[in-house]
Amino acid sequence: MYTVTKNIKIFCFTLMAIGFIGLAYGFYTAPQSIEESKAIVASYSDDGHGSDHSFNSEHATDSHESDHAETSDQKEEKHGSGEHSVSHDEHVYHQLSNRPWSALYVAALFFFLISLGTLAFYAIQRASQAGWSPILFRVMEGITGYLLPGSIIVLIILVLCTMHLNHVFVWMDPEVVAHDKIIQAKSGYLNSQFFIGRAIFYILGWNLYRFFSRKLSLAQDQAKDISNHKKNFQLSAGFLAFFIVTESMMSWDWIMSVDPHWFSTLFGWYVFASMFVSGITTIALVTIYLKSQGYLTKVNNNHMHDLAKFMFGVSVFWAYLWFSQFMLIWYANIPEEVTYFVTRIEDYPLPFWGMLVTNLIFPFFVLMNSDYKRINWLIVMTGLVILFGHYLDFYNMIMPATVGDQWYIGIPEIGGIMFFAGLFIYVVLNTISKVPLEPSGDPLFKESEKFVY
Amino acid sequence: MADKILHAVYDDDDKLLDAVKMIKAANYEIEEVYTPFPVHGLDKAMGLKETRLAITAFIYGCIGFGFAIWMMNHIMILDWPQNIGGKPSFSFIENMPSFVPIMFELTVFFSAHLMVITFYLRSKLWPFKEAENPIPQTTDDKFLIVIEFSGNENDLKKLIDQTDVLYIKVHDNKKISHA
Repeated sequence: MYTVTKNIKIFCFTLMAIGFIGLAYGFYTAPQSIEESKAIVASYSDDGHGSDHSFNSEHATDSHESDHAETSDQKEEKHGSGEHSVSHDEHVYHQLSNRPWSALYVAALFFFLISLGTLAFYAIQRASQAGWSPILFRVMEGITGYLLPGSIIVLIILVLCTMHLNHVFVWMDPEVVAHDKIIQAKSGYLNSQFFIGRAIFYILGWNLYRFFSRKLSLAQDQAKDISNHKKNFQLSAGFLAFFIVTESMMSWDWIMSVDPHWFSTLFGWYVFASMFVSGITTIALVTIYLKSQGYLTKVNNNHMHDLAKFMFGVSVFWAYLWFSQFMLIWYANIPEEVTYFVTRIEDYPLPFWGMLVTNLIFPFFVLMNSDYKRINWLIVMTGLVILFGHYLDFYNMIMPATVGDQWYIGIPEIGGIMFFAGLFIYVVLNTISKVPLEPSGDPLFKESEKFVY
Repeated sequence: MADKILHAVYDDDDKLLDAVKMIKAANYEIEEVYTPFPVHGLDKAMGLKETRLAITAFIYGCIGFGFAIWMMNHIMILDWPQNIGGKPSFSFIENMPSFVPIMFELTVFFSAHLMVITFYLRSKLWPFKEAENPIPQTTDDKFLIVIEFSGNENDLKKLIDQTDVLYIKVHDNKKISHA
């Protein structure tokens, strides 16, 4: 049995404390009024960042404002530039006050989705009766231990969003909806009550599966027959059907709806690929950590090889979906679709193109060679790059809609990552320490132990 | 010089694998193993050198990738630029996203086909080549180990009898006798 050492606890709580301070600093420095926001933007221009740039590109870059302009453009022309700059200042104020919320939300969502991606991977192993992986079931169950706290935190943030504490989801603002015909047409789906209702439904379903599957998995260790294993198989197959629908809807609700005018039909798959590869990478990292501490002695290079193959394969799969989404929208060039990528290419060039390097090119070349998939330090290095890249991926999904060109990866963002990383590591290792590391009663355990690639 | 050939025939790939490990452990030279399907781990058990086919696959893929870039640049940019969907048609780099599927497909195409051809050449296989497998059943459900040896055959026979063998046959080495 693994025990969480004191050093790990101190490490996690320190991360959380520093992260909490970072997040609090973000909320504290966010402007409370339009005047404060103007002062912040003015101080940027002193630094040489240039507020003129943000002024000019603002209309083209921010989707809800530019689409909103369908009705307001004529009005603005009549009212003249004075009126316009007031509405611009108000807009920048909203973006700046969104920033700590977005930093909190992206980090909370990212670590929660790692856990959810792992849960999907675990369910696939169960449903496909995979022979190589049962030796890693306790690691996967440990990572999905974060599902409950993670989902509750995300739900709380979503509820706070519906209470108009921020403008992360613009469609929640009745003022915006009143002037926006497109959102009005979608309000049967995009309204706060239904939104929270759906969120509770997804979270309940996922957590119920996690709870019962874990229970059956632990019961199997003492059982004399394999009825628990069979029940787990059926439960997992059912969960996967439930998951792929709810995951897709979750991605529309929690991520795509921050750009309420924009839509993409493969978005659910895209988000799934991102969380799936992050989850698999985390399984590999936790496994290597436990091995380095002298646990999981029966896990050998063959198992690592298979995990690294999944990291490689799903990275390519992610790139395939990213490109499929990008190329069709780029090629068709329909204004209401293409604004999504125009925003990102113009205002987020580094994270947007950078994530292609970290999520595709780097893992592709490092993990291509069969032998390298067995070298633990290479897996760790690539894994950390992949995790960072997929954080950037979610950053790119949320931030352009909520903070526009006022983005920066600064204290609130890093604080958010540190806070949730600390919580995540603590919860995961704590869950792992609760039960024996080997699911010795699993009927496929022997096969997994002997597995040779 | 080995003047005799021993054929040991098995009816199961696990039995074959165990036998190969035993024979190798006793320091006999395994000339060749014939199987109806690829047996997992057999190359390692026989101590074969690791294949370099994976390296050629990467090289061929790079050639296909380069060929696709050259071809699309020549067709769509240099030779006959076309206005498709208002995309700038005089610049390769600005049109690049629409060429990515072609680059991908040609990379896979070159890699797969040239790798198969390389495999045939390396294995000295070509159309209408006469089969070399000594026992035709190895294309059906039997597994054959061929061992070349010289001197007393009883030691070797005794060793192979310990494995789960179907039958053993000893021949004179025709390569030697014809020479």
